[in-house]
Amino acid sequence: MIKVQHVSYQYGEQKVLHDLSFTVRSGEFFGILGPNGSGKTTLLKLLSRELPLQEGTILLEGKQIERYTPKQFARLVAVLPQHADVSFGYAVQEMVELGRYAHQSSLFPRWTKEDEQAVEQALRSVSLYEKKNEPLEHLSGGERQRASLARALAQEPRVLLLDEPTNHMDLAQQLKLLDLLKKRVREKQLTVVAIFHDLNLAALYCDRILLLREGKVASIGNPHDLLEEETLQEVFQTPLKRQEHPLVPKALVTLMPTQEEMKNEKEKWAVSASDEMIVIQTVQPFKALSSALVGAGFRWATTFVNRYVPLDYHCDEAEKEMREYLQRHQFDEQWTIGMMTAVQLEDAAYVSLADESFRLLTVVTAGVGNAVDSANAWRRDDVLFAPGTINIVVLLDAHLSEAAYVQAMMTATEAKVKALYDEAVFDPKTNTMATGTSTDSLVIAASQQNEYCEYAGTITPLGKMIGRAVYEATREALKRYRKRKERS
Amino acid sequence: MLKGSKKLPKSFIQKCLNNYPLALLLALVTIWLGISIGSLSIPFSAIWNIIAHALWQAPLDDHVSAAMVQVIVAIRLPRVLLAFLIGASLALAGAAFQGLLKNVLADPYTLGVSSGAAVGAVAVFFFGIQLPFFGRFTLPIVSVICAFLTLFLVLFFARMAERKMAIETIVLIGIIVSAFFGSLISLMIALTGEELRQIIAWLMGSVAMRGWDYVWMLIPFFIVGSFVLLVHHRELNAFAFGEHAAANIGVHVARRKVIILAGASLLTGAAVAVSGTIGFVGLVVPHMTRLICGANHRRLLPFSLLYGGAFLVLADLVARTIIAPRELPIGVITSFIGAPTFAFLLFKSLKRKMG
Repeated sequence: MIKVQHVSYQYGEQKVLHDLSFTVRSGEFFGILGPNGSGKTTLLKLLSRELPLQEGTILLEGKQIERYTPKQFARLVAVLPQHADVSFGYAVQEMVELGRYAHQSSLFPRWTKEDEQAVEQALRSVSLYEKKNEPLEHLSGGERQRASLARALAQEPRVLLLDEPTNHMDLAQQLKLLDLLKKRVREKQLTVVAIFHDLNLAALYCDRILLLREGKVASIGNPHDLLEEETLQEVFQTPLKRQEHPLVPKALVTLMPTQEEMKNEKEKWAVSASDEMIVIQTVQPFKALSSALVGAGFRWATTFVNRYVPLDYHCDEAEKEMREYLQRHQFDEQWTIGMMTAVQLEDAAYVSLADESFRLLTVVTAGVGNAVDSANAWRRDDVLFAPGTINIVVLLDAHLSEAAYVQAMMTATEAKVKALYDEAVFDPKTNTMATGTSTDSLVIAASQQNEYCEYAGTITPLGKMIGRAVYEATREALKRYRKRKERS
Repeated sequence: MLKGSKKLPKSFIQKCLNNYPLALLLALVTIWLGISIGSLSIPFSAIWNIIAHALWQAPLDDHVSAAMVQVIVAIRLPRVLLAFLIGASLALAGAAFQGLLKNVLADPYTLGVSSGAAVGAVAVFFFGIQLPFFGRFTLPIVSVICAFLTLFLVLFFARMAERKMAIETIVLIGIIVSAFFGSLISLMIALTGEELRQIIAWLMGSVAMRGWDYVWMLIPFFIVGSFVLLVHHRELNAFAFGEHAAANIGVHVARRKVIILAGASLLTGAAVAVSGTIGFVGLVVPHMTRLICGANHRRLLPFSLLYGGAFLVLADLVARTIIAPRELPIGVITSFIGAPTFAFLLFKSLKRKMG
């Protein structure tokens, strides 16, 4: 559709585009990304003929763009600029009707049925049909932008060029507009070339992305391959983190603000325990990966609550009840990880370890009334809600990769199993060695500061520390639990 | 930016005037009034009779005197028609300038185009220029060419002074150019001898004592200029959204701009050649018309034409009756209304800029 070949451009002495070459295919949603001053807007202006070509050629459907007459060109290409000039005294429809200019004869234009339909359709697709008689000056910024888009759509172009189309819009409007464009791309084989500022929006909607850096192609390809941390960091000269989108198979990119180093205080956390709950507060938020009742999955948290509930606690909506409980006790739910146990909290075991690089705190409450051997659990058909849970919280002053989180969970689980083994805990039903209980929780929380740990398996110092601490704390907690059992 | 009236609910009068038959009727009524009222009052019924007599030798009614026929056919009718054509020309040119330059203060007078045309006209008198083949059309043709050149001079200076061509910049440069051309005209007048009186009378801006010659002289320019502008209503609408937007929807910007400016210069130059510089018509009429029918040039242009004509016929009527038997120059009336409107619009555009 569009073939850019060896295009360079300079304003006076300053060269903004260096020998650019790329192709945009028909029916493609093509994104242009790059930091400010990388030449994105200049490139788009060249494509829209707002600026004359200096060097190189741009082919549109095989023909050099400067060889089209203005009307021919407008029938093929429509432009939505970043700041659409709005003229006062015109109604929305009057503005959109201008989009039909290129389809009409010059001297005695006739307003045909096709013109009427194109305008109506354009107005409907941007949801401005109901406002078609409103004067433009009554519209909000987002609505004006949509009115401009309607004019561009009324042109019925094959190619739509957009310069940051969602600039003045709120989130819902942005998605709506891009969904609309995507639909046009899919249904009418429209080709869209759009400048984006937002990496994530671009990744969500574009089929391919061109990354510009200092007027050169930094890379070009599909968003999933393109949004590599290293490439992006190099292009944007800023630390960026790539993640996976929670629902659609796309990448997300997150900015990394410059953080102040956490003051190297001795106390990264404080523990307070009562009969009712054990509360660990951290000085700054810790990134936690957990299977806790409240705040499971990845979550930034400052408060870790292990709550005691009596043996006869029974609630169908335990999570909801727990949230209400946390609220009642003035915890900010967004920053809190909450667990429950029927074990007496004074039987909890605490293990603190530290070496020159890391510091670690493990708190374990263990009840094994409900012990299960995971390898033989399938033999048991009872649904057991007998209380009895092993809750393990591991706080680390370290910077963990996602892999390290998973390995830390594995290491901690292995250590727990070993502790159960050494304490000779049996699954009462199958009479085999238990590996845990049916409702265990595990929290791995790290400050994401200090030393960076790519891995946390048992081969690493951190893994060794986790294994040892969890093992010792779990054994200790089990011993206390049993002691109490024997007394009663 | 053009400012419409849509913020206010339209009054009954605005709604009525936003209607072609009524506008046409209004124009005809003013023409009728212009013919009827004067030192010799002529009843409405006699006018039609006299026109029919002049055109088709229809028999005259008993109460119609020969003096009445003489007054109407030789004096009033050409005068009123001339006023109408000139008012329509200037209003149409003003509307086009305003749309193209996105500038509510633009009109042939404020842009200095009228002065340019006047220099051309005075030069024709002064040097006794006579273009071959064009005969008596020499005067309007030279005026039109001078108007066109002046326009480009003003726009060129404005763009040099400031790339964005702010509203005030253009007007300021128009005033500077006007002042310079005014001095040129004064110089030529000072150097001239017997032609002096003719030039002075002409300069004051008047549609009096011109006769049919001038009407016929103006009509071809009026037809061509109006046609050119009226068929460019869509381009003018596109320009109202900025030149880039116009280019994006397929307007051949450079070509259309020149054609529109040429059309407006044609109207202005010919009007000035015939009647001298009559100020502010091109400013006031499009502004009022915009209040009635909105900014869309499809309606703005024809309505400006009709209301511009009617406006100048009425202005002329007032000019020659208000201190009868003496006459005021018509420019006095238009400036009396136009200058305050200009000040109001300037104030408004400055206020919007300041926020």
